[in-house]
Amino acid sequence: MKLTNRSKIVSDKKITFLESLYLPAIVSGMGITFSHLFKKKVTVDYPKQKRPFADIYRGLHVLKRDDQGRERCTACGLCALACPAEAISMIAEERKPGEELLYREEKYAKVYEINMLRCIFCGLCEEACPKEAIFLTKRTVDSEYERESFFYGKDKLLEPLESEKRIDVSMRQTQDVLEFKKDLTKKHNK
Amino acid sequence: METDYIVYKVILASAILILSLVVAMYSTLFERKIAAFFQDRLGPNRAGKWGLLQPLADGIKLFFKEEFIPNSADKFLYVLGPSISMFVALLTSAVIPWGDTLVINGKTYPLQVADVNIGILFIFAVVSIGVYGIMIGGWASNNKYALLGAVRASSQMISYELALSLSIVALIMTSGSLSLSEIVEQQKGFNWNIWYQPLGFLIFLICVFAEANRSPFDLPECETELIGGYHTEYSSMKLGFYLFSEYINMFISGAIISTLFLGGYDFPYLDRLGLSHNALTIAGFLVLFVKITLIGFLFMWIRWTLPRFRYDQLMRLGWKKLLPLAILNLILTGIISLSFGS
Repeated sequence: MKLTNRSKIVSDKKITFLESLYLPAIVSGMGITFSHLFKKKVTVDYPKQKRPFADIYRGLHVLKRDDQGRERCTACGLCALACPAEAISMIAEERKPGEELLYREEKYAKVYEINMLRCIFCGLCEEACPKEAIFLTKRTVDSEYERESFFYGKDKLLEPLESEKRIDVSMRQTQDVLEFKKDLTKKHNK
Repeated sequence: METDYIVYKVILASAILILSLVVAMYSTLFERKIAAFFQDRLGPNRAGKWGLLQPLADGIKLFFKEEFIPNSADKFLYVLGPSISMFVALLTSAVIPWGDTLVINGKTYPLQVADVNIGILFIFAVVSIGVYGIMIGGWASNNKYALLGAVRASSQMISYELALSLSIVALIMTSGSLSLSEIVEQQKGFNWNIWYQPLGFLIFLICVFAEANRSPFDLPECETELIGGYHTEYSSMKLGFYLFSEYINMFISGAIISTLFLGGYDFPYLDRLGLSHNALTIAGFLVLFVKITLIGFLFMWIRWTLPRFRYDQLMRLGWKKLLPLAILNLILTGIISLSFGS
């Protein structure tokens, strides 16, 4: 019994004169290439036509705000800890009185940076986040000329305040994830 | 000679020159498109509609590239190499009959720059000079890859020229003439030479591939082993000349193949359409052009089908297969034409 029935018995017979002229092989090869003329092209005419992304595509991150437009991130650092590429860094700051409309909790991230050259878009930051503050989206990171331009700060990551410009991440909030986040027995959900 | 005859010849010669340059330009695009389609890609489509301006962009790019001559190169020969290649590539178009005669104001003008009675010999003489362009260029670069490419080119061309010429000798035996216009005249009415010389046609075709340095015989260039072979050190328009002369060669060899074996500007039942003489000539020219295009397509089709031959396979095919076959073809042609009359 063979695994596949595609194996061929090797023979070392001398090639005939006709075969040594390569002509039959050439003709059959030309048939194969000719059939490719009419096949569907795999190239996409990129700027005019874009390949669809999966709904749960892991692209450029977004820092979410809550319903009242306050930043959800509390600069706990779990995302930075979870990040296998060590792409995330942040500086925490205490919320001053009068900033309650800006930040949801007493602590917030003054600086939040993701190095997009290091990021491998694995989504572990999203998984680690207890506050549902960071999500990966269908958007992609633009190409840049300067290395420094790839250090995305809060200016690029934070979701816009206007409700119509909010970024929908419901596709990445699967039932499993939501259940897991509710489970308060897990240490980091507290 | 009258002046208008001379003026006509000058116009025809420059028209053919421009035609072969334009065709060579656009066959680069054609080749890239065909290559893309064979590989399920789209091909160049940024410059103009369907990439129609791509050859122009390529040409402009080549002109603006730095003109670089290596310090250790022989300056004179280094420039001479691409010049010979280009010159020789353009020269053969002179003897090819591009169509029947044109009648203007009661005078007949043939659509052929020079109706030499030794047309075939002229072509072979010129084509065999072509190898000097590659050899001199490769040698003058003073680079081992270029030299290897040049050595390969010269040995390959000499080997395949034998079988090429022998297959033509058989053709000459049946036609009894060396003049290309006479050979075309004889083939009128679907009486094409390919029906009488199928083996000769095959040998000729294979050898033309080798002579034009086209894949699978592109060992002189051989970018995977020799980094471009004889034109490794070339840049700017001197490189452009080499690349361009390859495409001109392709166009001209298409014309030669159609003239010798595929009836030139002849197409069955074309003369029964009731066209006027001049219209018929132009239709004949278009027919020839279609034939050349199809052969050009065949060139590209083969290129994107077959891998390159190994050097020893190349030599074995040339000397041990094609040469005996060409001699056999010669003998068979002799026996048949002796026993059955011409």
